[in-house]
Amino acid sequence: MMLGKIRVPMFFSLFLWAALWEIVGQSGASFIIPPLSVIFTRIAEIVPTASFAEALWITGKAFLLGNLIAIVAGVPLGVIMGRSVIADRIFLPWVNLFLSAPLTALVPVIMVIFGLGETTIVMTVVLFAVWIIVLDARAGVRNISPSLVEMARVFGANPWQAFGKIYIYAALPEILSGIRLGMIRAVKGVVIGQLLVSIIGFGRLFELYSSRFLMEHFWALLFVLFAFAFTLNEVLAWLERKVDYYAAARH
Amino acid sequence: MTAAQATASTVTEPRAIVEVEGVSKVYPGGTEALNHISLDFPEGQLTTLLGPSGCGKTTLLKIIAGLIPATAGQVQVDGKVVTGPGPERAFVFQDFALMPWASVLRNVAFGLELRGVARSEREAVAEKYIEQVGLKGFEKAYPHELSGGMRQRVGLARALTVNAKVLLMDEPFSAVDEQTRRKFQEDLLELVARERKTFIFVTHSIEEAVYVSDRIVLLSRRPSRVSQIVEPNIPRHDDPEDIRRDPVYLDTVEEIWQGLKKYLDEGV
Repeated sequence: MMLGKIRVPMFFSLFLWAALWEIVGQSGASFIIPPLSVIFTRIAEIVPTASFAEALWITGKAFLLGNLIAIVAGVPLGVIMGRSVIADRIFLPWVNLFLSAPLTALVPVIMVIFGLGETTIVMTVVLFAVWIIVLDARAGVRNISPSLVEMARVFGANPWQAFGKIYIYAALPEILSGIRLGMIRAVKGVVIGQLLVSIIGFGRLFELYSSRFLMEHFWALLFVLFAFAFTLNEVLAWLERKVDYYAAARH
Repeated sequence: MTAAQATASTVTEPRAIVEVEGVSKVYPGGTEALNHISLDFPEGQLTTLLGPSGCGKTTLLKIIAGLIPATAGQVQVDGKVVTGPGPERAFVFQDFALMPWASVLRNVAFGLELRGVARSEREAVAEKYIEQVGLKGFEKAYPHELSGGMRQRVGLARALTVNAKVLLMDEPFSAVDEQTRRKFQEDLLELVARERKTFIFVTHSIEEAVYVSDRIVLLSRRPSRVSQIVEPNIPRHDDPEDIRRDPVYLDTVEEIWQGLKKYLDEGV
């Protein structure tokens, strides 16, 4: 962007919004909006505490475990759906249904089944992440050039070898973007799960802060989570770009 | 067959290593690609399947490879009925079919990797064939770093590495530019002479077919039948450039062109 003759970087607008926030916060217009500077002081204050560390540990564990389950279950299912018409017919309607369904409404059902504990959070993460992983893996496998599939057969690959040495790698760009989108959804899943369960992890902290009207703490926590989700997305997008060259070479 | 007859037949004519018996192919939806084709492919020769585009020559090649089933009839390779791909056949693909995530070395050794050959052993074999196809020094390169011609050399080396008796080549040079293609054709002649394998080659180029083949099978329009078999008797021991000026070469090209022209006339 150019302002007069000076080049202004894109992120400059962030400073503008931050300044506006600070002004509104300092004016004391609403207790819901504390000054930004105070929020950042709170971040520095909260992050080193034991309760934050515990919440981070519980959340991180549920997040990683849930993603792991979603990937381990989702990628093979997607690959099988991409290769077999029968499997595709059986599972595709369900995958599409769950992909667009308001999954938050299902979390109470999970709570009933798994109780008010970490298992529920893990299952919520799986529920949020797995469908897009399945769908992207399926799309990736369907995009494999037919001659690569024929090559595997001609040189005598058994189904396991074809899966492990060809399909997974050939579909890797799509699988990775599925995993990235799945992780973004998993962040929602882990937060929504904890908010609904509200006795563990960040959900407990959110509950604590909002019930005591500690808006500075509340915002501080929110900022940390936003930053986490954003960083995660960027790291995964960078990984994806690294394998892009052969997505292009594939066709 | 008695021993005497067997000896007699080997003297006069090499034995047929691939026998196509009454093969028909009807695709789902009713498209009739092949109509009762019977053909023998003599061992140690290069036989070309030539015909108008869309005539089913690639279909026939893939049936021989065991990649697609025939609707009727059967194919025998080395006396065994084909039910699927087998180690005695290797395939060279029109679009190379290389793994973009694997180096040249791994691509070439892939057939042996699938057979469970130990790494050092299969890489030694692969290196030998990489050198033979003229890619020495590119072992660590990736397919996207190579030109189209070099990629097809990788495809060729991969097919040679598994030491199959029959090499099936599906328009291997059609995605390669003209200058590279000529060099390729010359190299192929050398390869046929050296490797003593049976080559089945699909092309739509008459010049290419006459240049490289011991035998040319002309297929008619869909549903394909064998319309003619030409055996160009061109002396091959000379300079490869001389072949293209040889009167027999030029006459054979003309003869095949006259044979194929009638299908074009029908089509227009």
